[in-house]
Amino acid sequence: MPLLTRTFIKTALIYLTLALTLGIALALGITNGLFPVYIHLFVFGWLTQLIFGVVYWMFPKYSMQLPRGYEWLGWVTYGTLNIGLLLRAIAEPLQASKPNNLSGALLVVSAILQWLAGVVFIANTWHRVKEK
Amino acid sequence: MPRLSVWFVRFSLIHLFLGLTIGGLILANKRIPFAPWTWSLLPAHMEFLLLGWMVQLAMGVAFWILPRFRSNPPRGNVNVVWSALVLLNAGIVMVVIQPFVSMGWLSLAGRFLETSSVLLFVLVSWQRVKPMEA
Repeated sequence: MPLLTRTFIKTALIYLTLALTLGIALALGITNGLFPVYIHLFVFGWLTQLIFGVVYWMFPKYSMQLPRGYEWLGWVTYGTLNIGLLLRAIAEPLQASKPNNLSGALLVVSAILQWLAGVVFIANTWHRVKEK
Repeated sequence: MPRLSVWFVRFSLIHLFLGLTIGGLILANKRIPFAPWTWSLLPAHMEFLLLGWMVQLAMGVAFWILPRFRSNPPRGNVNVVWSALVLLNAGIVMVVIQPFVSMGWLSLAGRFLETSSVLLFVLVSWQRVKPMEA
């Protein structure tokens, strides 16, 4: 299993734990704009990140020279996804309860980074979706 | 990867792009309310990502990866699975556009198509879930 895949999957497992823990907090009545964070830790941090890691590992070869495409694009996906998500986890509750310029700016940066993560993943994966 | 899986996965990547783009706009709008109408796209964001990206990718990869039958066709009735592909994507489009057109029945019809798609896929794939033969 390539290093990038192992990194994606282990990180996804951490997000699964974080999401479930946040779920307990929500069940205890601690809200403060945390529900969207909970959902996105689950579907983006755990599920989508797990998918990204396994797809990078398993999909048909891009080429003989670059069997998994451009690895640096994979790392860019990893970085932008996780930084974007972590920024969201900090900024979104702040923006909901005590909106300020910093939390607002972080939210916009988070939105851009998460979008970039998906776009870069698609660009690096598209040509691996092929008949063998 | 069989051709049908290629179609499923490429459609799922397109839905991923659409869902993430809408999600990014909604999130950015929380800080810079440049387009309050983006909130009306929240159901589309969820539909594209949950059904269009995740369920569709799962179907495409499952069609490829699940153990094959010994007899032909090895992956079951391909025509039924093609139908599942069409129904799923048609259903998603119907659900997504319903808030913007005056056809109240469109969302229900779309969900019906999505459900039919998954049921068809399950019918074809159920028996492929089996132990590997020695």
